Amino acid sequence: MHVDYQSLRFDYRRSPDQSAGSAARHPVVVVGAGPVGLAAAIDLAQAGQRVLLLDDDRSLSSGSRAICFAKRTLEIFDRLGCGEAMVEKGVTWNLGRVFHRADPVYSFDLLPEGGHRRPAFINLQQYYVEGFLLERAQALPNIEIRWQNKVTAVSQSAEAVTLTVETPEGEYRLSADYLVAADGARSPIRRAMGLESKGRSFRDRFLIADVRMKADFPAERWFWFDPPFHPNQSVLLHSQPDGVWRIDFQLGWDADPVAERAPERVIPRVRALLGHDAEFELEWVSIYTFSCLRMERFRHGRVLFAGDSAHGVSPFGARGANSGVQDAENLAWKLALVLRGEAPDALLDSYDSERVAAADENILNSTRSTDFITPKNEASRAFRDAVLDLAKDCAFARRLVNSGRLSLPSTYRNSPLNTPDEDAFEGAMLPGAPALDAPLEGGGWLLDRLGRDFTLLHFGEAAPVVDGVRVVNVTPGEDAQGLAARRYDARPGTAYLIRPDQHVCARWRRLNPAKLRAAVDRATARVPEMAAC
Amino acid sequence: MLNTKPNIASPDDFYEALIALHGDLTPEQSRAVDARLILLLSNHIGDAAVLRQAMARARQGIEPAGHDTILAARA
Repeated sequence: MHVDYQSLRFDYRRSPDQSAGSAARHPVVVVGAGPVGLAAAIDLAQAGQRVLLLDDDRSLSSGSRAICFAKRTLEIFDRLGCGEAMVEKGVTWNLGRVFHRADPVYSFDLLPEGGHRRPAFINLQQYYVEGFLLERAQALPNIEIRWQNKVTAVSQSAEAVTLTVETPEGEYRLSADYLVAADGARSPIRRAMGLESKGRSFRDRFLIADVRMKADFPAERWFWFDPPFHPNQSVLLHSQPDGVWRIDFQLGWDADPVAERAPERVIPRVRALLGHDAEFELEWVSIYTFSCLRMERFRHGRVLFAGDSAHGVSPFGARGANSGVQDAENLAWKLALVLRGEAPDALLDSYDSERVAAADENILNSTRSTDFITPKNEASRAFRDAVLDLAKDCAFARRLVNSGRLSLPSTYRNSPLNTPDEDAFEGAMLPGAPALDAPLEGGGWLLDRLGRDFTLLHFGEAAPVVDGVRVVNVTPGEDAQGLAARRYDARPGTAYLIRPDQHVCARWRRLNPAKLRAAVDRATARVPEMAAC
Repeated sequence: MLNTKPNIASPDDFYEALIALHGDLTPEQSRAVDARLILLLSNHIGDAAVLRQAMARARQGIEPAGHDTILAARA
């Protein structure tokens, strides 16, 4: 079934809340039905939470916008019940190639090993991602979506956050225990609260041209520095579903952002790349500049900022939408536990510390890529060109070529929710790391076995008996290829405590019930930091 | 530890070769050669602490009088 998600319009419907004498109370209001708000709403609803989702518009994304969705984000979509639809529709890719002038200089495989359910990336237009998430949200009875409901004011007290909402029929007020502001880069809520996102802007302009055509480029990410068809600037090419190709032309700071959008300016640029007799249609054109910036804090009392409202990066690295969805998943389980009274409000402080650290990691990577793609002075241009020249025959220089370091999930190394290791482990699955997938006998996947609550992942012949935590036991027989044991450096008796967002928070060589209880308490902020004694 | 003691066997030969590299180049071409040379030597050295010491020594005594093109962003 083909749905033209860009053309869908959603009707404003009057809510009884608008006629209530006083502000109707909701446990949690999510603002913004983009990928981040939808993911947060679904995650909360799957945890049993009633959610009200407000959006100031009545349609999904217009234009393909974010197109690269990373492995970890796909695994989150799997948990949200729509990963398969995304991967089926998306264009799967793992390989990136970099060219300098007409010559290939470097290629990188983002998923060089087998035994993973999901690829390094899929390319999928943002309107499909939002469409699939929306269909999932609409199937959950405890999510209510109100279109054309625009938040214009926010105030909060110790007990509640109160919103003023503007609709086609006038204003009304709502109150909520918590507000998730996933209302985008220009975040009206951020502005209404007098808060700022700050950082750095780069003096460069880029043209995005999405063209529909028949072409035989492979499903790979191709990046050119100074190609013959677009001298002195860079070009990025990506394949999307439905025969659409994303071409990203660097234009330089002096380019006229209005004039460059005109088809008569865009078409010759595309022809220069594709050949003069190429047949194509322009699908979507946009000109942008970019900044790396973030809010100082993502939590302001009962208001939690997620996605572009909280932080922004340049697009080279696909770290915008991916990190936003990862914000949503970090926040959802914590909010659900707090709203159920199973964890103190202080647990939400860890959303701030974990995701601010993740944003800093994304901004660092994005800024470094930008320094390479958009040299910021004469010296940086000279070194960039020297790296590209040396990359032809010097292997070391290929590692310096930076056309974007692509989105990887953050490891929350310094999270207060982690229980520090007491036992010796090798490998990547340290406390704070996102759990790696592995194939199990019979065609299943390890990540699918993890639940929506805390899970004790145990390796051995028999599952241990544990009170209060769900146990998933992986036997050597199930792990026939030994990949789970290798990725988790597991021996018989090894146990990992995995959070609802599939991040590791503690691990042991031998399970101890008291230590397990303490680790769950720590990961839910139920105990204050122990004083040194 | 950055070695600043004499380490080049034939200093005059080395210096002559370094200058000769640039004899018939424009300033822009020289900048390109220098950049390649720095990258090649940096990789050869490899040791991050030594490289940082060398970078710090290279900037010593130079009063910053330029700026790059990064702008402050606020949203």
